[in-house]
Amino acid sequence: MPEADVRLDRVTKRFGSFTAVDDLSLEIPEGEFFSLLGPSGCGKTTTLRMIGGFEEVTSGAIYLGDQNVTDLPPFKRATNTVFQNYALFPHLSVFENIAFGLRRRKTALGEIRRQVAFMLELVELPGYEERRPNQLSGGQQQRVALARALVNNPRVLLLDEPLGALDLKLRKQMQVELKRIQSEIGITFIFVTHDQEEAMTMSDRIAVMRAGRIEQLGAPEELYERPTTEFVAGFLGVSNLLDGEVTERDGDMVSIRLTNGVLVQAPAAATNGAAKVRVGIRPEKLRVVPRGAEVTAGATETNVLEGTVLDASYIGVSTQYLVKTAEGHTLTVYAQNLTTSGASEVLSDGQDVRLSWNPQHTFVIDDAGRSDPEAPMEEARTR
Amino acid sequence: MAHAAPLPDRTRPAGQRVRRAILPAYTGLVVAYLSLPILVMILFGFNDIQGRFNFAWQGFTLEHWGNVFGRYPALNQALINSLTVAVVATVVATTLGTLIGLALTRYEFRGRGPLNLLIFLPIATPEIVLGASLLALFVSVAAPLGLATIIVAHIMFNVSFVVVTVRARIAGFDRHLEEAAMDLGADEWTTFRKITLPLIFPGILAAGLLAFALSIDDFVITQFTAGAQTLTFPLWVYGASRIGVPPQVNVMGTIIFLIAIVGIVLWVYLQRRDMSARPTTLER
Ligand SMILES: Nc1ncnc2c1ncn2[C@@H]1O[C@H](COP(=O)(O)OP(=O)(O)OP(=O)(O)O)[C@@H](O)[C@H]1O
Ligand SMILES: [Mg+2]
Repeated sequence: MPEADVRLDRVTKRFGSFTAVDDLSLEIPEGEFFSLLGPSGCGKTTTLRMIGGFEEVTSGAIYLGDQNVTDLPPFKRATNTVFQNYALFPHLSVFENIAFGLRRRKTALGEIRRQVAFMLELVELPGYEERRPNQLSGGQQQRVALARALVNNPRVLLLDEPLGALDLKLRKQMQVELKRIQSEIGITFIFVTHDQEEAMTMSDRIAVMRAGRIEQLGAPEELYERPTTEFVAGFLGVSNLLDGEVTERDGDMVSIRLTNGVLVQAPAAATNGAAKVRVGIRPEKLRVVPRGAEVTAGATETNVLEGTVLDASYIGVSTQYLVKTAEGHTLTVYAQNLTTSGASEVLSDGQDVRLSWNPQHTFVIDDAGRSDPEAPMEEARTR
Repeated sequence: MAHAAPLPDRTRPAGQRVRRAILPAYTGLVVAYLSLPILVMILFGFNDIQGRFNFAWQGFTLEHWGNVFGRYPALNQALINSLTVAVVATVVATTLGTLIGLALTRYEFRGRGPLNLLIFLPIATPEIVLGASLLALFVSVAAPLGLATIIVAHIMFNVSFVVVTVRARIAGFDRHLEEAAMDLGADEWTTFRKITLPLIFPGILAAGLLAFALSIDDFVITQFTAGAQTLTFPLWVYGASRIGVPPQVNVMGTIIFLIAIVGIVLWVYLQRRDMSARPTTLER
């Protein structure tokens, strides 16, 4: 990894006695699309504002490259920000909004014209120079805000839920657009969002935050496939969690005895040596077949559970089952609808079934990563 | 009984038609009520009076317009005094009041709550009480009464009105705009000049106009704080009213009124421009 473009060293922020950001350390390499993801109030905005210089740190240090910027005001930092509500200057034209930063640096007018035109081209708004912000749609305002920040050629671009105010369709479109622009100009983006899908589609790496701390940091696949805490598992999607105890370690795999006595396998890489664990499986990794019809239970899907279908709901692209095991655990299963006839595929309520999955798809959460059954999980699940 | 849909005019009962005429009539009456005194003032500036009293219409003349500043040197001096007081008090009070308004909305500081209430005090206190206590104050510190004391008094009551007016404008101001400016490389002073000031300017202008209007025709407080030698326009008029107010006073009143109209038109224009989406020209 090259020298970090942005480095946070044990940064803490307190508002009175409330700790909004708690001893947070972070390194972001140059050119990375980095996301801060987490539920409302977890300290994402506060972290971003400290990097931008709008909020003083209570303790710790912030570096841009090797420069310590902890005590510098925003106008002396090589960062630029796209604000959640864009914060375009309502009394200035689009041209003057974008030119604002260049004028502060006393750029010659000809150069300003050239750069503004280039930026409007980049964000696909050529010819909008003379408009006022209130003559633009939300998506257009968003682009102007982006152009206004990027024209200053910042070392790092900070974006605080920049797509939050857009409708779903425009949002998807802007996600692609943002990603394109980022790879085109190649600077570091730090992107704040509470939408896990958005973070997953756009980011190189994601830091999942909770209560002012980073719960887990990694690439999207890593966070999804190998969450290390219940909170992360729940925040990034639906997961089935079963209690168990590690009984045996054997090379790459470990054996875990579930509370119902069933033995399942998991990759050793997913564990950290704890004995009491929770075994996690994503619903789409589970294969469900009627019991008895022991057909081609694929050779790789060697972890097996038995249960009864509680509920089946056909949702077009897949069918969602709730399967109750003998011990009373309820598991969620997404089965792809592979046949066109449909009907014959769908299992009916009350049917006895067999669930199987590939041990490689198992993730393991140790006791420390267990959540109390309280609000954050609920928050994480609601989208 | 409810008639949901409005009936076409033809079939509408007479009572309803009368009711529809009430609002315009009422509006007309209010407008007349508000403008009648002004019309009388303007009209009697053209009155060809015989004698000292300008109460009954006696014929049209332009004489008073011709010698408006030539007849009563003391009145001229009073008008100049009034304008001096109003201009100085407005500029100082608007500047001070804007800064206080910014401080009160922006910063948390010790005594902010009490100050927020204190600011209303000069507005809520009867003028006569303010005037009397100011006089007592000036006398007790042996300040020579005159223009200076009038100005100090006017600044005092104007500041409150400015703060209240400007604060309303600042309250609707998005702090992120200032953060955005600083983010783009503007220091605090540049941010204030390029972003904050232009955006709250309509509020400041409104406050300034209000301060000027309050100051130029203030009588009660001025009466207490002027002393024996200094007269302002309202004080002169009051003094003259016992022996008959000359039509030149009406003419001067008309001139002030016209200036006020110009000010208001300018203000409305700025408000419009503020709202409308007219593209800006290049910033220098
Ligand atoms: N100026 C402030 N004074 C006091 N508390 C604050 C202040 N700013 C933020 N907080 C608190 O700090 C915590 C983190 O706030 P922050 O804005 O960083 O959350 P967030 O993760 O961005 O949430 P959201 O997704 O809702 O924007 C919150 O509990 C918030 O109430
Ligand atoms: Mg936020």
